[in-house]
Amino acid sequence: MSVVGPSGCGKSTLLRIASGLETASDGVAQVDASRIGYVFQDATLLPWRSVQDNVELLAELNGQPKEARRAKAGRAIELVGLTGFEKHLPKQLSGGMRMRTSLARSLTLDPELFLFDEPFGALDEITRERLNDELLRLFVEQRFAGLFITHSVSEAVYLSTKVVVMSGRPGTVVRTFDVPFPMPRDPDIRFTPEFAELVGEVSRALREGHR
Amino acid sequence: MVTLQEVTEARVARVAVRRTKKRAPASWWQPVVVLALLVGVWWLVAAYYDKSKGLAFLVPYPHLVLQALVHDTTQPTFNQELWQALGRSTAVALTGLAIAIVIGVAWAVVMSQAKWLERSLYPYAVVLQCVPILALVPLIGALFGYGFPSRVIVTVMIALFPMVSNTLFGLQSTDKGQRELFQLQGAGRGTRLAKLQLPAALPSIFVGLRTSAGLSVIGAIVGDQFFQRGNPGLGVLIQVTASRLMGPELYATIIVASLLGVAVFLVFGLLGRLAVGRWYDFS
Repeated sequence: MSVVGPSGCGKSTLLRIASGLETASDGVAQVDASRIGYVFQDATLLPWRSVQDNVELLAELNGQPKEARRAKAGRAIELVGLTGFEKHLPKQLSGGMRMRTSLARSLTLDPELFLFDEPFGALDEITRERLNDELLRLFVEQRFAGLFITHSVSEAVYLSTKVVVMSGRPGTVVRTFDVPFPMPRDPDIRFTPEFAELVGEVSRALREGHR
Repeated sequence: MVTLQEVTEARVARVAVRRTKKRAPASWWQPVVVLALLVGVWWLVAAYYDKSKGLAFLVPYPHLVLQALVHDTTQPTFNQELWQALGRSTAVALTGLAIAIVIGVAWAVVMSQAKWLERSLYPYAVVLQCVPILALVPLIGALFGYGFPSRVIVTVMIALFPMVSNTLFGLQSTDKGQRELFQLQGAGRGTRLAKLQLPAALPSIFVGLRTSAGLSVIGAIVGDQFFQRGNPGLGVLIQVTASRLMGPELYATIIVASLLGVAVFLVFGLLGRLAVGRWYDFS
């Protein structure tokens, strides 16, 4: 499920409430998952730790024994395709690889719910599309629920089974779209007329909500 | 999978890192030329003071100063005294620096724990920086005697502030995302301090350390000049040689004191680079 909306409509706040970083000022937030993975806008890696140590961080903070977290981190690094880069420091990686490391770090939690706060916003288009493909592959393999915040309509449609469009202040839900394309999806689906039409519809809803 | 393009990007990033690390080609000879020029001017001035003014001790010839540095000249025990004084002043400077590091880091850690603590305690760090230490020196002497402890106290007071301010700055340099990452895992204050704030603060701690190290040498010499009892350090030696008009010996002592300052600065700069240079670029 993806959420799109103009800046300042409360998309990120929604995530922060879901994760427990903030509490709702009114109403009830029901989150039915004990293991939540949170992927930030920036990779938020610790620059003094290698890829391996960065990926191990969350397990380390949860007090897991060294052996277990090493094995877990190894698997996560493999899942995001960074095998061979375990000893690299963040500054030696490209932006896309840093984001993969961040993704791997969240994967070590075996999350039932994945929260994405515009994770690929700072990347170039090509890297972004590639990471989208990989995220879908991960989704098919790992089967987690994901709440994805983004500015990019096509990214939202491509990744989700549901797209929620929000309007500007006060932030309200304008419309919810169901995305009919089955999983796993072919990357080339982005070039089909059906896909383009849905993207157009979502964009229109977004623009109307903006007025 | 990591694609070829990404691997290439990473390689470019790594090369860029390596390039920024390498400075412009080593330029050791440029300062040497300047030194030669300075010594030349020095020699001319010395000749002027010697020949036309008859005050040779005010600006002694460079080679006489060099002699005083290397072996005893007209003063039979000077050379030995010089190196002993260097040892004592180094001991005062390093002891004072060690204490300043401990107090400074602890002070900053306490302040980083809460905004109200910072607001209550930071002004005193600034006050400490503003108090003219020289005005306090006679009082310190009267309270703590005129020996080693008083010299160390003066050194600590002079060297403390950069440690406090740089450590605090470093502890607060973590970004919001990193802090929230720890918060989401329910990490406590201690864990956050040990695994996030202190490692993140290390580069600034080393910047502060380098400044404080230079100040600690100044502190040791200033303390020495005021507390003239006990075993003399470089400060005492400077005053004694000056009052006895021992030109070459005075200059030799000043040079040794300056070299001590430079050495301490370089050593702690190098330590910093060894400790965090792997992931942090000092420049």
